[in-house]
Amino acid sequence: MMIELVKAKKRMSVQKLMITLLAVAFLLPTASQAQTAEELILKVKAKLDKVNDYQADGKMKTNVVFIKAPIAKVKVYYKKPNKLKINNESGISFIPKGSVNINLNNIFLNTTGFDIIDVGKESGTNFRIIKMLPKDENADVVLSTVYIDEAQALIRKAKTTTKENGTYELEMTYGKYAEFGLADKVIFSFNTKDYKLPKGITFDYDDGTKKEQTPDKLKNKKGKVEISYSSYVINKGLPDSVFK
Amino acid sequence: MWKLLKIELFKIFKRPRTYIAFGAIAAVVFLIQIALKFDGKSYIDLLLSNLSGSFEFSDDFKNKLLNGYLICFVILNTLLIQMPLLVALISGDSIAGEANMGTLRLSLTKPISRMQYMIVKFAASIIYTLALLIFMAALALVGSMLIFGTNDMVVLRSEGIEQIKSFDVLWRYFAAFGFAAVALTTVSALAFLLSVFSENSIGPIIATMSIVIVFTILSEMNIPIYDETVKPYLFTSHMVAWKGFFYVQADAEGTTINGSMENFPAVMRSLGILIIYIFLFFGTAVWVFKKKDILT
Amino acid sequence: MNKIIEVTNLSKSFRDIKAVDNLSFTVEAGQVYGFLGQNGAGKSTTIRMLLTLITPTSGEIEIFGLKLSKHRKEILRQVGAIIERPDLYKYLTALENLRIFATMSGVKISEKQLMDQLEMVGLAKRAHSKVKEFSQGMKQRLGIATALVHDPALIILDEPTNGLDPQGIADIRNLILLLCRERGKTLLISSHLLSEIEMIADSMIIIDKGKKLVEGKVNELFDPAETIVELKTTDDAATYLKLEQSPLKKYMHGKRNDCLLLKLHRDEVPSVMKELVQMDVNVISLHSKHSLEDYFLSLTTGSTHVEVAKN
Repeated sequence: MMIELVKAKKRMSVQKLMITLLAVAFLLPTASQAQTAEELILKVKAKLDKVNDYQADGKMKTNVVFIKAPIAKVKVYYKKPNKLKINNESGISFIPKGSVNINLNNIFLNTTGFDIIDVGKESGTNFRIIKMLPKDENADVVLSTVYIDEAQALIRKAKTTTKENGTYELEMTYGKYAEFGLADKVIFSFNTKDYKLPKGITFDYDDGTKKEQTPDKLKNKKGKVEISYSSYVINKGLPDSVFK
Repeated sequence: MWKLLKIELFKIFKRPRTYIAFGAIAAVVFLIQIALKFDGKSYIDLLLSNLSGSFEFSDDFKNKLLNGYLICFVILNTLLIQMPLLVALISGDSIAGEANMGTLRLSLTKPISRMQYMIVKFAASIIYTLALLIFMAALALVGSMLIFGTNDMVVLRSEGIEQIKSFDVLWRYFAAFGFAAVALTTVSALAFLLSVFSENSIGPIIATMSIVIVFTILSEMNIPIYDETVKPYLFTSHMVAWKGFFYVQADAEGTTINGSMENFPAVMRSLGILIIYIFLFFGTAVWVFKKKDILT
Repeated sequence: MNKIIEVTNLSKSFRDIKAVDNLSFTVEAGQVYGFLGQNGAGKSTTIRMLLTLITPTSGEIEIFGLKLSKHRKEILRQVGAIIERPDLYKYLTALENLRIFATMSGVKISEKQLMDQLEMVGLAKRAHSKVKEFSQGMKQRLGIATALVHDPALIILDEPTNGLDPQGIADIRNLILLLCRERGKTLLISSHLLSEIEMIADSMIIIDKGKKLVEGKVNELFDPAETIVELKTTDDAATYLKLEQSPLKKYMHGKRNDCLLLKLHRDEVPSVMKELVQMDVNVISLHSKHSLEDYFLSLTTGSTHVEVAKN
């Protein structure tokens, strides 16, 4: 009888061990695949949702092949969910159409949800690449590809294709305001049409230097605008009139 | 020589036709300013039409763009085509007009050398040209600054746009006006030279304008055969170099470098060529005049 | 007497045409010197060479004893000129014109002195009127004022009576005589009006095709005994016949379509007149044809044999 009890006990601890082992075996994969794409997206959105509005000071560099512009002091205003305005209070700035898309929340603007595709990781940076396709066929955004820094739940890059404004790219670098999902530096790349004015209107000065005869140089290039933010004033409230 | 110069200036500014030139400039400047004050936005829309798809051009943007610095540039663009005529009007009359009136004959029997006479006459033409330019600068630049305010200046070239920060603009205008003075003096010298050959001022005036117009067309048309052969030598190609003061350098990322010029040596070279032309025209005029028999 | 102008072997060619051909003449101080010739003879060209408007092809010009080519400014300070019509700025006033030319002549002159000049030519009241409002005579007077404003020692007038009425011509004549006789100026005048030259010139030169024909004192160049007189009557043909039958026959010198010509001593004219009246000749007019003109015509067209002038 005693021997039978001991045997039974032994069997039970082995079983426990096996169950434990099995349980661990099950759990381990989900711990290393800590979040699904959906979960990550939700995390990122949650961070961004912390911000109702902000007013930021920044310096803007314009890098478009046919524009030479000085660095401009700008103010950027944002109000949830989709109001964004870049303003040069004193001087002139060439602000790209679609600059409203600098607001990352725009990617998530959707009432009917997304199809989310997990593409995996970007080699080198280890960013998680996730494709988001709005279910709503009437939405302006056709496809967004986001590159997320998983550890911080911050979008580092976004490539978005829209119906209105073609494809644009965003590249973010974060610093002090990372917890709000607000970047220290944003590089916004966009499509520009060609620029040309007839020489009969401009009467340019020809200084004799041979211009490069590459006709493709000016065509269909991407323009870039780089904003370096120096400070954000967050959630202090902004009237709608600012965005007119 | 001062006394003689005073006499020449007295004669120039006593003639009604001198004031026609000033009036014409004022009229052009005011017309442009009025038009752009009332409907500058349409003008901007026209110029930036193919960019409106790529950039936000708000009303605020257009208002800032249409500032005194841009307006002045627009005015200069048109006026520096018409100014040569106004300059030729007086310079072409310099010698020919006196011959026509008969007063050249009497003047040359006076104890003044022909060289002195030419120098004084040409100096008076230059002073008139400068007066015209300063008058235009006052109306076009100062006037536009007062009416439209100041802001960054955007220069629209055929192949690109340049934006100059507002504090970086004024010195460029002073330099441009200085350059324009030399450019117009070149036209003045040409008209002066042609004036020596005629006894009627209409001839030299029309001849000067015709030459300026034809050469300008050759300079601007970009016809390859002329571009490669004659264009670098035409003084009209170099007269427009004042714009070079508004072409800035940018770094690799397209950010303008304050206080810079895209091609300063080229502008200086153009200046040098114009000065050579002035000496050439004036020198020839003096040489011909000294030998000339006054038969009328 | 010192020489004010001395021209030696002066020539000017325009391409192949010799406008002035080896011309030499002298103008003495205080003289009125007449410069005569037909149109295109080279008078104007010569005068313009004296005034440095035209460069000689060869030859020398000395004025005030100085070479013109080397001392131009110094010489011209003392020269006043009117060439054909007066050269004035029509859009300026008389006073402004005068001031300009005075300054160009190198003189410092006060406003009062300018007004005095205008007074002298009778234009003081119109000092502030624009020249374009002036009549021809007024412009001429202003021209004279500008020529004299710097008190030049030598005055050169090229056809100064062109376009003037008889009064204007008389004014010029009087002024010239005044300047010369009373102020001791030297005048060189070229003119078509031979009668005028005859009346005022001391010496003269006649040129043709750029060459000198004759030069000399006016009263030595033609003989008063050889005065030609033009006689106009109601019936020239009848008068001609009458004269042939009369003692006046010795004076007959020929006839023209419009008159008869008599050659006699200037002093005999009054008595001849009386004789004609007694002959019942109806005289319309009788006046001495300008012997100088005849002389001039004879020289330049070679129609009448003439004595070479004594110098």
